[in-house]
Amino acid sequence: MPDPPLPVHEGVSMTAAEITNIVMMQGFAGLSLFSVLLLMGLGLAIIFGQMGVINMAHGEFMTIGAYTIFLCSSLTQTYAPSFMPYYFFVAIVTAFILAFAFGWLAEWALIRHLYRRPLDTLLATWGLSLGMQQAFRSTFGAKEVSPTLPEWLLGSWMPHEGLDIPINGLFVMGLTLLVTGGVFLMLYRSRWGLRVRATVANRTMANAIGINTRKTDRMTFAIGCGIAGVAGAAFTTIGSTGPTSGSLYIVDAFLVVTFGGAASLLGTVASAFGIAQTQSVSEFFMTGSMARVLTLLLIISILMIRPQGLFAAKVRR
Amino acid sequence: MTRLRTWLTSSDLAGIAVLALVIVVVLPLSLDIFRLNLVGKYLSYAFVAVGLVMLWGYGGILSLGQGVFFGLGGYAMAMFLKLEASDPESTKIQSTPGIPDFMDWNQLTELPFWWEPFRHLPVSLIAVLLVPTILAFIVGFAMFKRRVGGVYFAIITQAVALVLTVLIIGRQGYTGGVNGITDLKTMLGWDIRTDSAKYILYFVTCALLIGAIFLCRWIQRTKLGTLLLAMRDKEDRVRFSGYDVANFKVFAFCLAAMLCGVGGALFALQVGFMSASFVGIVPSIEMVIFAAVGGRMSLVGAVYGTLLVNFGKTFFSESFPQLWLFLMAALFIGVVMAFPNGLAGLYNDYVKPRLGRKRDLPSEPPEPKPLPATTPSHAPAAGWNPSVPRPRTDPKGVGPAVA
Repeated sequence: MPDPPLPVHEGVSMTAAEITNIVMMQGFAGLSLFSVLLLMGLGLAIIFGQMGVINMAHGEFMTIGAYTIFLCSSLTQTYAPSFMPYYFFVAIVTAFILAFAFGWLAEWALIRHLYRRPLDTLLATWGLSLGMQQAFRSTFGAKEVSPTLPEWLLGSWMPHEGLDIPINGLFVMGLTLLVTGGVFLMLYRSRWGLRVRATVANRTMANAIGINTRKTDRMTFAIGCGIAGVAGAAFTTIGSTGPTSGSLYIVDAFLVVTFGGAASLLGTVASAFGIAQTQSVSEFFMTGSMARVLTLLLIISILMIRPQGLFAAKVRR
Repeated sequence: MTRLRTWLTSSDLAGIAVLALVIVVVLPLSLDIFRLNLVGKYLSYAFVAVGLVMLWGYGGILSLGQGVFFGLGGYAMAMFLKLEASDPESTKIQSTPGIPDFMDWNQLTELPFWWEPFRHLPVSLIAVLLVPTILAFIVGFAMFKRRVGGVYFAIITQAVALVLTVLIIGRQGYTGGVNGITDLKTMLGWDIRTDSAKYILYFVTCALLIGAIFLCRWIQRTKLGTLLLAMRDKEDRVRFSGYDVANFKVFAFCLAAMLCGVGGALFALQVGFMSASFVGIVPSIEMVIFAAVGGRMSLVGAVYGTLLVNFGKTFFSESFPQLWLFLMAALFIGVVMAFPNGLAGLYNDYVKPRLGRKRDLPSEPPEPKPLPATTPSHAPAAGWNPSVPRPRTDPKGVGPAVA
């Protein structure tokens, strides 16, 4: 993460409009980071928060999504250039489906044998992530790639003089809103969500009333991975993708979920917001890396004082 | 000798003797100094693995931040060596002579105050031992007293590793940044780059490692070791028996951290530099796999595991760099799914029974065979099998128990 130059305004008198612009853009930067963090955390909130599986390969499922976008963009460019403005929507759906399929496979081959040993799951999925990274490297090369984005995603939106808001940031924000809404609806308004929540609350009882908990587990894990794929797809609009890109996100994603309170989806949203705002506000006063250190230290200290996170689920333990 | 007998069974002693024979006699005789120096580097990782056996195998606490303590020990040593290497005489071409070169490059004009104590070797050696231990105490005390454990502990230690890495890389002028602290030359005038110095440092590493194994073995045999094991299997029962579980966990964490610090210092001495790449999350998790391959319950096994994984890493990344990560992936998954007790488990299951049948019959009748079910602490590696599901007390199996 390169350190942006410090905004120094000493000795320069600023008009009220300029200050408003700075505040707006700073606020937008915070919101942008918020949507990135939330998108990273959402898939994990299902896998780790609901199921309690430590999926260290979560970042690699994001990378699957990102590479899918890259593939779709190169394919579209070669075979159907006129389709370029619209391919992105198809590509996002493809990213979800691919990540979903790989998640399904990973659950069947690996995760289902380890539900009772959370710490061992951690090691096994770390191994999985190493293998996936090398697979990406062998397939796409070690160099970072970025897809050709449709025209409408580039550039920025200028509501008035001196204030410009990047379109890709807005796009990520919109997508985050959509995915978050979707996850809420699925978890709290669908049969699948009901089954997931029943399985989390009491596996034996859920089994007894006829819920196929094994099938629910696999579906849940795969959907979590699919959401990770969508997140990865969204990140291609902001930065480039390399074989190890996923590992950059993984600790942040876990912290977002843990800080919010593992079993609470609302907590994940709140913690992503809190972390993003702390980070972007402190970036105004110090270098980027110091702001990151400060934010992480704050999270760690708060987690030490309140280990159950911001929103503790009302579960009888 | 009789006291020794009470906590060291003959098979322990044989295991440690064989290990000592391998690292002190066989390897130095069969390898040139370049390769031996590499082995010395691996053995400094073995301290971390031995610490993890105590913390993870015995205590049941998985820390993904052991690289932090390894790094702190290593940096403490490297800072002393760097200050000695940058005396005013040899740094007179700098704009500020007498400070480390990377500080000069970053426009620092005087030594930061917290570097001052590292001008003295005794202070630095104490720092090697105490800085990691104190940090472990703070983190451990805060978390275990609140009954945070398992997965949450792993995630938070991982975050600590991330913080330290970002801090070291971000404050280049004070820490050397990504490049780390390089060009370490002498320790109290003794050139550590010569072959003879490398031999001496190698044997010092061996001696300290074997000492560390004896220490940990002794702890395992005391009541403390039994309690650690009991805590891992049924924490609530130990708590209901009147023990303060948190204190034992803090102790295990501090012990492991101190061993990491020693390993880090020996690493800096033998390799001649220290950088942030040994601190972060990736090396920390790799260190866990060393212990897992060797067998998370076996101290001697952890050393073999470290050597094996690192030999493999060196060999494959020299010859087949493409394959190495796939192999590493297979190692992680295989160890967890198929051999939860690692090399030591394989040895105990397949080799030991045959050896035992031949040797045990004529001699050694006095030692009574304890039942594994009643005294699991006396049957390491065989007493506990993580693949056998145990009844769970909390519905999710993870998460802090809310008191």
